[in-house]
Amino acid sequence: MALVIEFKNVSVTYPGGVQALKNFSAKIEDGEFVVVVGLSGAGKSTMLRCLNNLVVPTTGEVLIDGESITHAKGRALRELRKKVGMIFQNFNLVNRSTVLRNVLQGRLGYLPTWRTLTGLFPEEDIQIALNCLDRVDILDKAYVRADRISGGQQQRVGIARALAQQPRVILADEPVASLDPPTSHMVMRDLVRINQEDNITTLVNLHFIDLAQEYGQRIIGLREGELVYDGPASEVTEKTFEEIYGRAIRPDDLRGASA
Amino acid sequence: MISLSPQSSMRKALKTVGVFALAIFYLVCAKQTGFSFRLMWEGMPSFVKLLGDMTPPNWSILNRIFPAFVETIQIAILGTTFGAVLALPLIALSSGNINRNKFSYLFFKTLMNLVRTIPELLYAAVLVAAVGFGPFAGVLALAVFSMSIIAKLTSESVEAIDPGPTEALAACGANKAENIVYAVVPQVLPVFVSYFLYVLEINIRVSTVLGLVGAGGIGQLLKTYLDLFRYQNASTVIIATFVFVVLIDQLSTRLRARLI
Repeated sequence: MALVIEFKNVSVTYPGGVQALKNFSAKIEDGEFVVVVGLSGAGKSTMLRCLNNLVVPTTGEVLIDGESITHAKGRALRELRKKVGMIFQNFNLVNRSTVLRNVLQGRLGYLPTWRTLTGLFPEEDIQIALNCLDRVDILDKAYVRADRISGGQQQRVGIARALAQQPRVILADEPVASLDPPTSHMVMRDLVRINQEDNITTLVNLHFIDLAQEYGQRIIGLREGELVYDGPASEVTEKTFEEIYGRAIRPDDLRGASA
Repeated sequence: MISLSPQSSMRKALKTVGVFALAIFYLVCAKQTGFSFRLMWEGMPSFVKLLGDMTPPNWSILNRIFPAFVETIQIAILGTTFGAVLALPLIALSSGNINRNKFSYLFFKTLMNLVRTIPELLYAAVLVAAVGFGPFAGVLALAVFSMSIIAKLTSESVEAIDPGPTEALAACGANKAENIVYAVVPQVLPVFVSYFLYVLEINIRVSTVLGLVGAGGIGQLLKTYLDLFRYQNASTVIIATFVFVVLIDQLSTRLRARLI
């Protein structure tokens, strides 16, 4: 079943008057790998968070398969969020818990609350979580505390957690900003592989233009909350990025080669 | 001499008036409380006599002191634990990042502060009137006090947690209870345990005097001996209490240092 995401005239104004997103509209088709580029403060994170309603649009709405997540509440909202896995710049793992327990968070939406609160996960769900860890190659860390592994490994736990949701969409908010170049490429390759193998629609926020060009299929450019570019990555040149960024490209806009 | 500003002479006058007012205030206080150096001086001999009456301490009553200490510890542990359990829902209600309802948040935050301002001995005195003399009144008094202080301190730690995991849990489709258990509890559990031990330490100290208002423990024994003018016994209780409190303090400090 094809899943379509639609942003319909989404605007976000934060308390204090900052307008993070201005009348943003876009349609994302099933299985696409979209890289969202823009300077920090351009509205990339806001746009991504509108998709799972962590940020509620001031006006407009976001539709997932025709269902408005913007207007969903309580149970209906949690059901929709289950379909959308998220990966964060700072990993957002619970440091004092084991890797496995962090990944099991992805199963919470599927289980009755009495089971999740008591930690009595069915064998099947534990298997799913372990499988996800295996897919990102860190199965051996399952019973290690989350703060005892490296940054790159922590981000892969973040990916495994999102995978454990068996989502239709994965959102990655600057997933490599806290990582070194080789690890960044590893994480990007993981995301592409999962997108292709599982046909999970993927949106990745990046500010590194070389990564965007290398891994993106489609590129959406944001500047000051407005859509300024939307097209295939193959047609993007340095000039396009200069237009999106509104300035000349600098060395720190590049992540650098792998290895 | 150079005047710094046109107000400086005015300020000087105000300062003088202020100092005088303060002096008069202290004099009034001293008068009303019957503070007198003469009485202090005249009281010296009877104080020395009291010290004399207290020595030598009567070590033969140690076997009666021991059960009283056991009761003191029991009061403190039961009171602190009961208070900590009562504190759990209050921690959630008085943490701004968990309880999003501004009205009830402010209500519980203020309530915790109010409950905390009243000293434990006052609770004990009132509760003795309610449930009768004895250690149970002490347990209840300590529970009320522990509840408020643990809830206040822990809720402040809850408000200072890293919001990242909470956001990740919400993104997974977790409900509020799951979010608390998975993202909040692991982050604050060590401080909660540390506050528990800290309050237990305070409570052991407090429960040594709870007996003065009839709420059980070693204080009750002390009060009995003082009322009966058994000063040698009383001094034994005081010395034993001192040793006991120092030991507990040391133990608790070491335990908490290991925890964090």
